[in-house]
Amino acid sequence: MRLTLPRPGYAAVSRWFLAAALAGLLVADLHVTTLHPWADLARLLGGLIRPDILAVEGWSVVYTLAFAVLGVGLGAGAGLLLAIPFARARPVRLACAGLRAVHELFWALLLMQVFGLSAATGVLAIALPYAGICAKVYAEIIEEADLAAVRVLPAGTGAVSAFLYARLPEVAGRIRDYTLYRLECSLRSSLVLGFIGLPTMGFYLESAFRQGRYAEAGALLLVFYALIGTRRLWVRGWTVPVLLAGATLALPPAIGNAAIGASLVRFLGHDIVPAPLRGAALADPETWARLWSWLRPILTEQILPGTVQTLILAQIALAATALGALVLFPLTTRRFAGPLGRPLGRVLLVVVRSTPEYMLAYLCLQLLGPSMLPAIIALTLHNAGIIGYLMGRHADALPYRADAPTGLNLYAYETVPRLYGQFLAYLLYRWELILRESAIFGILGVTTLGFYVDAAISELRLDVAVVLIAATAVVTVAVDGLSRGLRRSLRIDALPTRLSGPAMHAAAPDPA
Amino acid sequence: MLGLGRFGHFALGCLAALLAAGGPAHAQAAKAVPPFVFTGIPDQDESRLVERFGKVAAYLEAKLGVPVRYIPVKSYPAAVTAFTNGQVQLAWFGGFTGVQARKAVPGSQAIAQGAEDAAFKTYLIANAATGLKPGKDFPKDSAGKTFTFGARSSTSGRLMPEYFIRQAFPGQSPEQVFSRVGFSGDHSRTIQLVQSGAFAVGAVDYSVWDLDSKAGKVDPKAVSVIWESPTFPDYQWTVRGDVDRTYGAGFTERLRAALTGITDPAILEPFGRSKFIPVTNAAYEPLVEVGRSTGLLD
Repeated sequence: MRLTLPRPGYAAVSRWFLAAALAGLLVADLHVTTLHPWADLARLLGGLIRPDILAVEGWSVVYTLAFAVLGVGLGAGAGLLLAIPFARARPVRLACAGLRAVHELFWALLLMQVFGLSAATGVLAIALPYAGICAKVYAEIIEEADLAAVRVLPAGTGAVSAFLYARLPEVAGRIRDYTLYRLECSLRSSLVLGFIGLPTMGFYLESAFRQGRYAEAGALLLVFYALIGTRRLWVRGWTVPVLLAGATLALPPAIGNAAIGASLVRFLGHDIVPAPLRGAALADPETWARLWSWLRPILTEQILPGTVQTLILAQIALAATALGALVLFPLTTRRFAGPLGRPLGRVLLVVVRSTPEYMLAYLCLQLLGPSMLPAIIALTLHNAGIIGYLMGRHADALPYRADAPTGLNLYAYETVPRLYGQFLAYLLYRWELILRESAIFGILGVTTLGFYVDAAISELRLDVAVVLIAATAVVTVAVDGLSRGLRRSLRIDALPTRLSGPAMHAAAPDPA
Repeated sequence: MLGLGRFGHFALGCLAALLAAGGPAHAQAAKAVPPFVFTGIPDQDESRLVERFGKVAAYLEAKLGVPVRYIPVKSYPAAVTAFTNGQVQLAWFGGFTGVQARKAVPGSQAIAQGAEDAAFKTYLIANAATGLKPGKDFPKDSAGKTFTFGARSSTSGRLMPEYFIRQAFPGQSPEQVFSRVGFSGDHSRTIQLVQSGAFAVGAVDYSVWDLDSKAGKVDPKAVSVIWESPTFPDYQWTVRGDVDRTYGAGFTERLRAALTGITDPAILEPFGRSKFIPVTNAAYEPLVEVGRSTGLLD
């Protein structure tokens, strides 16, 4: 990962990452501590086969949807506004980086302090990070847009007219596709918020998993897959206002009202202010000495080991994702899976990627016990599902010679080499996302940064929690920068990386 | 940090918009007496929590003449947070979460505890495969095995066992004494994890152990109690100091009387308590000391 070296090639970068992952495996805690993981897994699969649909709490489905729709609505709306000054204003870029570097669950844990278990917490926990993500992606889309139409406008055309007539038509389609993809993500986020107490499907899933009511869990999962799988049917241009209005009306009623004003004042003015600074004389050097002696153990005993564990988990999961994607993508291609196998492969990968990683990790932890192994499995399944699916589409778009080899020869000597740059671009892009998720898994008991955040919140030390969350954000932003640098240096920075990227071949406009 | 103020305003604006659109039901409810909302720490199987708190809600509503709602939470700190930000006025806290909550909300007071809570106990339980035998003294031969606490801020599942461990092994933290330390999240889960062998030893609330044993969820061949701790004060009902202003003078006393007046075994049984008795904040002072000495409290 030394960027000053002579430009590394694909092979060198791959070797670095593989070596980092192997080194991580040497120190990672991979014990299986439960005695009967297979028996539990069999019961879970039994639940999926014989789901108890009647046990599904109908309102939880409605609330999941309402939080997701309003979260994306607010986030995308704010993102669009922020995208306009994004390229020019550095403070906007920094603010957006900060917003999106903090995971939805961390946002929710902080918002809960002020807004309680309420609709506001649920919607804002999604809207805040999504505003940061949408601003960045919309800005990129606007930047990448074809300017041909703008150039032929007659001199003297006003800025608004130029935007509406020459710019917007060019980018509207891609913004719409990306926003639809965000809605899929937000359904996952919304579900996961239930795990910390908001009344979405995750609330009931957590209870069902915890108490072994697998038929109910299976039913909830199937309903969730159906919700994601049918989103193209119910998200249309004309349904958007209906969805937004419906979601606003369907928000869960507040049970008890948090005293928001007083809580906000206490939260900002007391709770998150580092303990040594509360009511202290800021001019007094003693105060700053106390601040340092407060901060130092947090740095050495929490941030440092937490970051190391987070990086270990992320690097192992990244390499495992790479291997998983290479194994999985042929399942979704015409040449390797055939006309019958391909649709099945696609369904498999769509299901895998629709499953929220956090829930997957929670489930694996219940089955295998608290070590890094369940977290690695969850991250690998989810991300390999996504990259495998995308690679499959690229593989199908490749023009092959009529006398191309078949089977393993085609795979190893033609398909993979031709797609390798694209493959690395996807992996490096997902590096940051895997890291963000690795940190949050600490809440489930893996000793990554989230583990310490969870401890700080349990001890009501919100000042410590905020420092830890900020540290997580800094690590995320650093990895994002590193990933960008590597992609630039490999000259793969112009390749598509997003799940909703530009259509890869004109014949198939399906933007999935 | 600098942006947070502005963010706060943005958040408030959004919330106002949400509430304004939130429908007339909300506005109507605000005119009458606001519902009296309570919660409890999720210390065991959720079905039992729903049963016990559902009954308490119905009982209090009849006794107090105000609408009473129970709001479920997913973690101990979430219960404390709901209390500190005013979403709930009353909570069934563990000893330590109660101390945390009363420290964060000046004026709030512990009003009633279970008769058993004045002298509560932790059980150390062990998987049969460990060969650990029951004894009178802290089982020092558990060192080097895997160990699970309950929730991080549980009194009988974390605070007190950690204190006893530190006493038995001076100068060592639980992480140094045991080969692996976990937090199961609740007592029922602790029992399951030790019973399944996922952890060799665990610390569990004695009342939940008794309830789960009675419910037939414990396999005595797989897991057994190896040590009973000295006693300490634990669970209690804590109420915010501002309820008299909202629900009328003397409300706190009426609430205390209602709680200590519960005689219906159908309500008391899911709590594993024989009755509730009056209590004051002072009864929990020992836990403050223990909290400080284990570093869990400032």
